[in-house]
Amino acid sequence: MSSSPVTSRIHGPLLIAAAVFLVVVMPAMNALGWVDHFTLNLWGKYLCYGIMAVAIDLLWGYTGLLCLGQALFFSLGGYMMGMHLMLMIGKLGAYKSDLPDFMVFLGHTSLPAFWKPFYSFPFALAMVFIVPGLLALVFGYLAFRSRIKGVYFSILTQALTYGAALLFFRNDLLMGGNNGFTDFRTMLGANLRDPNTQRILYICTALLLVGTVAGCRWLTRSRFGLIQRAIRDSENRVLFSGYATANFKLFIFVISAMIAAAAGALYVPQVGIINPSEMTPDKSLEAVVWVALGGRGTLAGPVIGAISINALKSWATRAYPDLWLIILGGSFVLVVMFMPKGIIGLPAQISGIITRLRRRRQATSPETTPPAASTEP
Amino acid sequence: MISRTIPAALAAITLGHGALAAQDTVKVGVLHSLSGTMAISETSLRDVLLFTFDEINAAGGVMGKKIEPVVVDGASNWPLFAEKAKQLLDQDKVAVTFGCWTSVSRKSVLPVFEEKKGLLFYPVQYEGEEMSPNIFYTAEAVNQQATPAVDYMLDEGKKKFYLIGSDYVYPQTTNLILLEYLLSKKVPLENIGGGFTKDSSGKIISAGKYTPFGHTDYQQIVAEIKQFAASGDACIINTLNGDTNVPFFKEYAAAGLTAETCPVVSFSVSEDEFRGLPASQLVGQLGCWTYFQSIKSPENAKFIKNFKSWLEKSDVPGIVKEGRVTCSPMVLSYNGVYLWKAAVEKAGSFDVDKVNAALESGLSFNGPGGKVTTQKNRHLTKNVYIGETKADGQFKILKEYEGVVGEPFLKGTYK
Repeated sequence: MSSSPVTSRIHGPLLIAAAVFLVVVMPAMNALGWVDHFTLNLWGKYLCYGIMAVAIDLLWGYTGLLCLGQALFFSLGGYMMGMHLMLMIGKLGAYKSDLPDFMVFLGHTSLPAFWKPFYSFPFALAMVFIVPGLLALVFGYLAFRSRIKGVYFSILTQALTYGAALLFFRNDLLMGGNNGFTDFRTMLGANLRDPNTQRILYICTALLLVGTVAGCRWLTRSRFGLIQRAIRDSENRVLFSGYATANFKLFIFVISAMIAAAAGALYVPQVGIINPSEMTPDKSLEAVVWVALGGRGTLAGPVIGAISINALKSWATRAYPDLWLIILGGSFVLVVMFMPKGIIGLPAQISGIITRLRRRRQATSPETTPPAASTEP
Repeated sequence: MISRTIPAALAAITLGHGALAAQDTVKVGVLHSLSGTMAISETSLRDVLLFTFDEINAAGGVMGKKIEPVVVDGASNWPLFAEKAKQLLDQDKVAVTFGCWTSVSRKSVLPVFEEKKGLLFYPVQYEGEEMSPNIFYTAEAVNQQATPAVDYMLDEGKKKFYLIGSDYVYPQTTNLILLEYLLSKKVPLENIGGGFTKDSSGKIISAGKYTPFGHTDYQQIVAEIKQFAASGDACIINTLNGDTNVPFFKEYAAAGLTAETCPVVSFSVSEDEFRGLPASQLVGQLGCWTYFQSIKSPENAKFIKNFKSWLEKSDVPGIVKEGRVTCSPMVLSYNGVYLWKAAVEKAGSFDVDKVNAALESGLSFNGPGGKVTTQKNRHLTKNVYIGETKADGQFKILKEYEGVVGEPFLKGTYK
């Protein structure tokens, strides 16, 4: 009813065109010099945010779980990849030491044991999924088992990310403290400062985004998706129909955390820094705003929201450095007031207005019969 | 794409920057946080930079070219700092950038400046341990703030030193250097307060007491300090950041500790911070910087007067005009612009390599804080001042150390 996914007949080809544009056309134009490296790199960052937005929507739009701590999983994914990248700097750092600079800085002489396996890329890649996934599993198990719902769930997720940020700020944790990880050099032997490497990373991000959207589309249209939406609309009825809703929610929570983590792992080598400020609650709130503005309960909407808001931010912080917060805030207010279904709902909204106007005009002229077709689904 | 063409067109229409002919101007980046948690400090640097550009432009510009500032907002968001740095270098092709406050923002943009062969002037006291060929540090090094302050305290007959700071790299590194320095001055380990962390081999890897950002409860720490200071010959070396100074000094006064019984010397509280902090809690406590607004010199008087009259006329949206003061990071930003101008004129070119060579050759500028001279190690030789806080948020200068050479790598040098 209210936020059912947009019909595939119209949007299918459009989605495929967008996917081809992002995965093939953009990098090709970059290789030909039509799109500069800076812009492509920026889009890589937007697409990472887009993936995180899809992860949030999977929880919020489709299952009714508003997680205000999704950036935690995103950052953890980033940190796991960052640990590998820090070790790959090797002796190229400021101190010409095998240890990451910040450890030398703090007077350490040997690599802590929990850092050592991160020399291996496959291990780091596995950890990108395992660490955030396990955290989501444990946290979700405790929360859903105790039937924590609605605003209480949101508050707890926010507290979780805040607690993690405070923990990561501490230098004792040996994760870089306030400065986090930066000054990465190579990834799998490729120079990260080389535009070709960045282009490959962009393509990986675009592929992951397309894969995520396609996977979530399949999932939400399956029988599983039906239960997901039923949980969102009336969890008690689903429960009384004999489904263990906690397990369904737990599954989706873990999947969503892993998707966000994968986005974070691709974000770090493209942006070049990860630090605890990425875990502060406002980052997660920001991501929820992308979903809300783009269109909750659709898969393309959050992506559009993440890209457009971040592009607006990139532009406005340069063009109007003193006023950009007002511009951004003002556009949020406008969307909330006048576009209840978000940016993605805009075409339907406009066509609805046109139909209504036409119907009104036809109603005033007596000889025409009112149109049979209605906009209601 | 969208982020480039439309904004560029809009910017050209609305801002009218496009009207200036490219040949007559040189683009200069300003990369500070104008929003978010750091805005309160960094906006002042944006203001003083715009003032300096106007002052230089009014006097004929740099090699006949007018400075065209490109102001961007890093928004206290470290990945955004990196993005903005890329934008300034790649799209705006700025000749030089002035910016950053926090170490993490500098660490975030450093790879960008190195990769794209840019030049950044960094103006705020920092922990050292860095010397990038693409950054010039007008900032105070640890030996231009912390060690002179310790010297002063030793001269005053203090024998015990308590180290307290916020938990991030600047306080951590400063205190490790101070530990070595104090030991080299024959201060015994038991007279250094705040606690130590040792690694498995027994080597000290952290010295001093650390509290997280936004910490408010200093009761226990102040009780510990009171005990430490009971002998009457102790002082506190304070590297707490920003807001956390308020609860600390409140608790300090409440415990009956005063500047007479146990003075606190702070490195992160300047005149500009007193626009937000109540100075009354800190009266009599000490500060150490390479500039104070209260310096009596014709250069400083002219600087303050011109800055204030520029502020009155300024039409920058949202600029604060009331109750403005000047402070060390502002003056080091100001000095940076003039040193860059001198380097460009000496090199006869805006090319970063040539400007770098000129900078490293030892250029001098008579700034508001006295004469500053660039060094081969990309830091400045400058005067260091110890000041006593007054109730109006200004400092009474107690001591001046002339021509202190900035040294970024200090760990292991004091024996």
